Amino acid sequence: MEPRVLRALMPALSLAVILAAIFYLRPNTVSYFGLNLLLNLAVPLSLATLAQMFIITVNDLDLSIGAYVGLTAGIGATLLQDTPVLGVAALIGCVVAYGALGALIHWRRLPSIVVTLGMSFVWLGLAVILLPTPGGTAPEWLRSLMTMKPELIPFPIIALVVVAGIAHVGLMWSPYGAVLRGVGGNARAVQRAGWSLLKAKVTMYALAGLAGALAGLALLGLSGAADARFALPYTLLSIAGVILGGGEFVGGRVSPIGAVIGAATLLLAGSLLTFLKLPPDWQIGAQGAILIIVLALRVLVDRGGRRR
Amino acid sequence: MNGATSLAQRMLAKPWIWAYIAAAMVWLASVVITGGSAAPGLLTAALTFGSFFTLVAIGQMFVITLGPGNVDLSIPGTMVLAATVAIKTMDGDAAMIPVGLALALLVGIAVGFFNFALIRLLRIPPIIATLSSSFIILSVAIVWNRGLRIKPPEILGDFPSADVLGFPIIALLVIGLAVIMHVMLTRTIYGRSVTAIGQNPRAARLSGVNVERVRLTAYVACALFASLAGFLLASFSGGAALNMGDPYLLTSIAVVVIGGTSVAGGFGNVPGLWGAALFLFLLAAMLNTLGFGEGVRQVLTGVIVIVVIVVASFRRAPD
Repeated sequence: MEPRVLRALMPALSLAVILAAIFYLRPNTVSYFGLNLLLNLAVPLSLATLAQMFIITVNDLDLSIGAYVGLTAGIGATLLQDTPVLGVAALIGCVVAYGALGALIHWRRLPSIVVTLGMSFVWLGLAVILLPTPGGTAPEWLRSLMTMKPELIPFPIIALVVVAGIAHVGLMWSPYGAVLRGVGGNARAVQRAGWSLLKAKVTMYALAGLAGALAGLALLGLSGAADARFALPYTLLSIAGVILGGGEFVGGRVSPIGAVIGAATLLLAGSLLTFLKLPPDWQIGAQGAILIIVLALRVLVDRGGRRR
Repeated sequence: MNGATSLAQRMLAKPWIWAYIAAAMVWLASVVITGGSAAPGLLTAALTFGSFFTLVAIGQMFVITLGPGNVDLSIPGTMVLAATVAIKTMDGDAAMIPVGLALALLVGIAVGFFNFALIRLLRIPPIIATLSSSFIILSVAIVWNRGLRIKPPEILGDFPSADVLGFPIIALLVIGLAVIMHVMLTRTIYGRSVTAIGQNPRAARLSGVNVERVRLTAYVACALFASLAGFLLASFSGGAALNMGDPYLLTSIAVVVIGGTSVAGGFGNVPGLWGAALFLFLLAAMLNTLGFGEGVRQVLTGVIVIVVIVVASFRRAPD
């Protein structure tokens, strides 16, 4: 097989291997309900991973996405539930704030790592003010959406395919998507061609804010209540998901479908370790080892490609 | 008069000055708020806790200066593992302190080599490599620790809080270390090589810099400082806890960047680390004193960090 094709297939292959191992260990997961349970948390995580991917596309990094997902879930569980108009306004405000951050980072040429690091405190703080203790209630419509039981195909699979598809068409097929990726590849060339870098950055940050807000709502719909801190691990998981999915930190080389697959792989790796009855003490370490193995395989494939 | 203005101008052009100005402003504000009563105690605490921040940040600064994408996310894990191994080995026995310290530092060196092996041999981006290794390191620490709570030897527990004429010993040591590392960064071939690699790795390689050896040394040094910080922190706080390193992940990056080091690499800065460490501690202390709830404190911390970065960006030389 062509190494380039093999490389593009790596994320899907890793997911297939882990899925196969789970099916082998627990045959009863090969069912409507099994898949539902296995994959439902992949929906919010893949949305957060897409948010991170939008930022990575323009060569930036978002260290605040976990706190932000927690805040939007908190808004959903309090304002959106009690006073829907205020809740929607707050969520729109969050997305606008994300776009404004993109503008600030572009305008002052600030390092995104530091600005988002600062913002992670702001989002977490706001979430804590909103929800000092875990609680709140998910709006009924959100709960029934996320626990929907369509016929034949489990909801998480439909949701993941739809989300990946929309992001893929928007970023990889649309003309403006090519411009956005071009900003990560060669910002100056994009600017010389007459495109506004400011507009591109604001677009990508606002899209990240939107995907992050959807991640918060999806997480809330699944868990029924919110906690200011329950999405904090998403920050690092989302970065790992983008890279597992074949994305790179610089150059605008990203893949939305890969990112969704990467997020699902990370989540299933956790389930696999549970099914393997690994002592809990070693679980987190084994997760690190899986990450290393998958990425090392990618290097092997790349080397095979270079040798030809 | 003219000389004074130009001196002031030259000072303001230094990338690290903003961290000190911010720290001084926050300290003054705290003194005013408390009516002067907390001034000396606050400085002692800032110097003590600032020492831990600075110690960890020196290593992170060298890694970040290596260039885009270089960052060590395994610092908290390294701190916990080094502290766990040392505290358990010493088992409260003062005679075992040298052994415990040596083991802690060995843990740091091993982690540094492991991190760089992932980066160099497996070509994993440093962010993901150090993230994955931190998971493994943390697991080892969990297994080693087994929830045991052993106290550090008494003499060691007293050490970080000991002082000379009211000046914490640990701060003196870390200031000394910062001076050495400043000279190292700005005056030695090694330091210049780190900077050169951060600016242009290809040019550095072509001019004869052993790029991989310099990068390896930076990652090992970073893990080494983290392990020393873990050892001292565990001694200071009465034992090793699994979450003791958590605040140091983001703080180490924040201290480096607020201190005037370029996140894009190629421009390191040691003096600013102390300023930024003092600033972040004093800021947290002031917000505590004001009696804000946790949420408001977090929001203000974030906003002030961003404001400092934005203000500093206006002072940057136009390019």
